[in-house]
Amino acid sequence: MTTTDSVALPTQGIEAPRSKRIDPKYLRRSSSSSSSFEMAGWVFMRVSGAALVVLIFVHLFVNLMVGEGIHGVDFGFVAGKWANPVWQFWDLTMLWLAMLHGGNGMRTIINDYAEKDSTRVWLKSILTLSVAVIIVLGTLVIFTFEPCMVDNTGQLLDSAPAFCQNV
Amino acid sequence: MTQTKGTLYKGREGMWSWVGHRITGVGIFFFLLVHVLDTSLVRVSPEAYDAVIGAYKNPIMIMGEIGLVGAIVFHAFNGLRIILVDFWSKGTRYHKQMLWAVMGLWVIVMIGFTARHVMLFLDGWGGF
Ligand code: HEM
Ligand code: HEM
Repeated sequence: MTTTDSVALPTQGIEAPRSKRIDPKYLRRSSSSSSSFEMAGWVFMRVSGAALVVLIFVHLFVNLMVGEGIHGVDFGFVAGKWANPVWQFWDLTMLWLAMLHGGNGMRTIINDYAEKDSTRVWLKSILTLSVAVIIVLGTLVIFTFEPCMVDNTGQLLDSAPAFCQNV
Repeated sequence: MTQTKGTLYKGREGMWSWVGHRITGVGIFFFLLVHVLDTSLVRVSPEAYDAVIGAYKNPIMIMGEIGLVGAIVFHAFNGLRIILVDFWSKGTRYHKQMLWAVMGLWVIVMIGFTARHVMLFLDGWGGF
């Protein structure tokens, strides 16, 4: 009956939340591609976190808890480790996972605290740039490492590790 | 089921572990930026690297290293707890017990680490 329909009940005229007609200002994100990116980020934080526990704990144990501990860490120590491809790969994985995990975590924090859009864009640009620079630098350092450095006359540097004398 | 105040993450213990997780995460991130820069000195010369790493071998830096490792160990164990809360079917039910486990394991690991690190340091230390 049309007459009863037109009687305004208190709830009429208010959209149910599921109608998706929500003022965009209350929505953090509108496109579905960005929410699937967030979902991937959420999974990545957990998978990389689990891997980092093993990578970092072994890194700290080998560098600080065995042999002479902190006193054993010098150029020769790094040369000895990176002569082994297993440690090169170990450090490479640790570098990439830790920087991407930490960078993504920092992005969440910027989203939480930076209220102005312009501040957010600035901070995220600086963040992306630093993460990229550190990942590229760290990767290059691992793969271009030269244990037995020579000066421009081809003479072995005095400070080169002892094992360089035999090669 | 007992009804607790607040939600799983905010309010009470969950809130403090969340703040701690955030602060340690930021701290480790900035450490790592510097750490990759100092490691990159191996491409400059053995002297340059040894000079900067030498700075890690004094009592003040030793305390810094203990603080850093403390932050990592907390973030790692608490991170594993978050992962269990999210993926393990009983995770939400035991989240508080798991927080106690995180604290307990942290204390045990840190006692062991600190003792060994300080002993090794004193062994090879030539004084100021
Ligand atoms: C005080 C504690 C630490 C010491 C003494 C230390 C020492 C070192 C040393 C000697 C290297 C050279 C290569 C090697 O040994 O494998 C290195 C590389 C590296 N460390 Fe650490 N480390 C410490 C803590 C950490 C932490 C907490 C992380 C992770 C968050 C980390 C991540 C890395 C990465 C990613 C590299 C490779 C850098 C590159 O690619 O150039 N380190 N560290
Ligand atoms: C040791 C192993 C690690 C584990 C198990 C771990 C685990 C986690 C987990 C589960 C989260 C929460 C993600 C979310 O809520 O969606 C997280 C956040 C975070 N992690 Fe890690 N993580 C580890 C190492 C690291 C490292 C090495 C860094 C820095 C380079 C880091 C920096 C952060 C930051 C900045 C956040 C964001 C915190 C926030 O949103 O409040 N984490 N971590």
